[in-house]
Amino acid sequence: MIAIIDYGVGNLFSLESSFRAIGQQVKVTDSADEIRKADKIILPGVGAFEDAVKKLKSTGLDLVLKEEASKGKPVMGICLGMQMLFERSFEYGCHEGLGLIKGDIIPFEGEIDPSLKIPHIGWNALEIKEELPIFKYIKSGDHVYFVHSYFAAVTDETIAKCEYGTVFTAAVGKDNIYGCQFHPEKSGHTGLNILKGFCELGG
Amino acid sequence: MITKRIIPCLDVKNGRVVKGTNFKNLNDVSSPVELAKYYSECGADELVFYDITASYEGRQLFTDILKEVASQIFIPLTVGGGINTVEDFDRVLKCGADKVSVNSGAIKNPDLISQAARLYGNQCVVLSADIKRVDGQFRLFAKGGREDTGIEAIGWIKKCVEMGAGEVVVNSIDTDGVKKGFDIEMLKAVRKAVNVPVIASGGAGSAEDFVTLFKEIPDMDAGLAASIFHFSEVLIPDLKKLMKENDINVR
Repeated sequence: MIAIIDYGVGNLFSLESSFRAIGQQVKVTDSADEIRKADKIILPGVGAFEDAVKKLKSTGLDLVLKEEASKGKPVMGICLGMQMLFERSFEYGCHEGLGLIKGDIIPFEGEIDPSLKIPHIGWNALEIKEELPIFKYIKSGDHVYFVHSYFAAVTDETIAKCEYGTVFTAAVGKDNIYGCQFHPEKSGHTGLNILKGFCELGG
Repeated sequence: MITKRIIPCLDVKNGRVVKGTNFKNLNDVSSPVELAKYYSECGADELVFYDITASYEGRQLFTDILKEVASQIFIPLTVGGGINTVEDFDRVLKCGADKVSVNSGAIKNPDLISQAARLYGNQCVVLSADIKRVDGQFRLFAKGGREDTGIEAIGWIKKCVEMGAGEVVVNSIDTDGVKKGFDIEMLKAVRKAVNVPVIASGGAGSAEDFVTLFKEIPDMDAGLAASIFHFSEVLIPDLKKLMKENDINVR
């Protein structure tokens, strides 16, 4: 069973539906027990970083997530959920994330040509580490759907890159912890195929 | 780099997709769920659902249909028609919409845009403007293109973007349904005025019209059309191929 952590931000209907569409059992839940019982955990997120981290921490589910991740259970953060896995974000100040992935989340503003629109909204091409099991059903050049104004720079833990005025981390992976800056649940077949690859991971 | 988006628009009335020339003489075309699935499979980058009668008759959107679409189709969905309050935003977002388009609702209450942008983020708020030339001026129309508001359209769009609209759909009433191409002059004026994505609507009659749009206005973000897609006059895979041949970046 896949547990999607429900901590009161955003709408999880499409995300839940996307796992159903690939034949997975899925539960949107705020129960620590359900999250512990799940085979895999999804950390979703939309909106502002500070608010989302506060909400997650107020539920105490951040600790459950960290505990399960430390046992090797596959975890995936999506969009703001990916950003929350990092150490810090500079969205309206400087805020601490979960620290599961090294690095900072920084604004596009000031980093890219001012003629480029912010947020980065739309379909853009991925350059992936093809050999990774999570990407077994997709290839470099496949397009996914992005909506974001902040990004993580490319590091050793970047597993997919994308370019929008600068090259940034489209997906991150460290051991059993994964994150996608884009929305796999809104990225057509490519998105569903990434979720499928994630669901088939061991752990 | 980011691709140019091709967006079929599904005007929904009584649970069916309709499209009329200049918004009159509506013809029943197909089922929203089936059509949405078809478009998603053949490479549409996004779908727009408008409840075209909602702003006129105050009708509620068909949220059941939207939910069914969102549970089966995994590309971005924009929903419009009859969006007058933040509760309306909430209602459609809960059914799987990613963006919400406001038109008459924003004309009646411009604060709706800033309220919604604060609650859901700018990326969620799409301004849809029906524009027609009146006395040498781009004039904003309301109620599905039936009523001249007397408001100058470019200034209106600028104001809405400042308030938090994250994207603008420009529908030219002058070219809508005529199928002789997009309203390049009007679109250029809007594109120059704002720095958020602009979606061209009204007038596409052939695949070439999309090529002309993106060649004439290279920083245009997307092209939207309805009947030419619904009646298979233009097939999206063929359109994407033609765009690619013309060095336009597509998915």
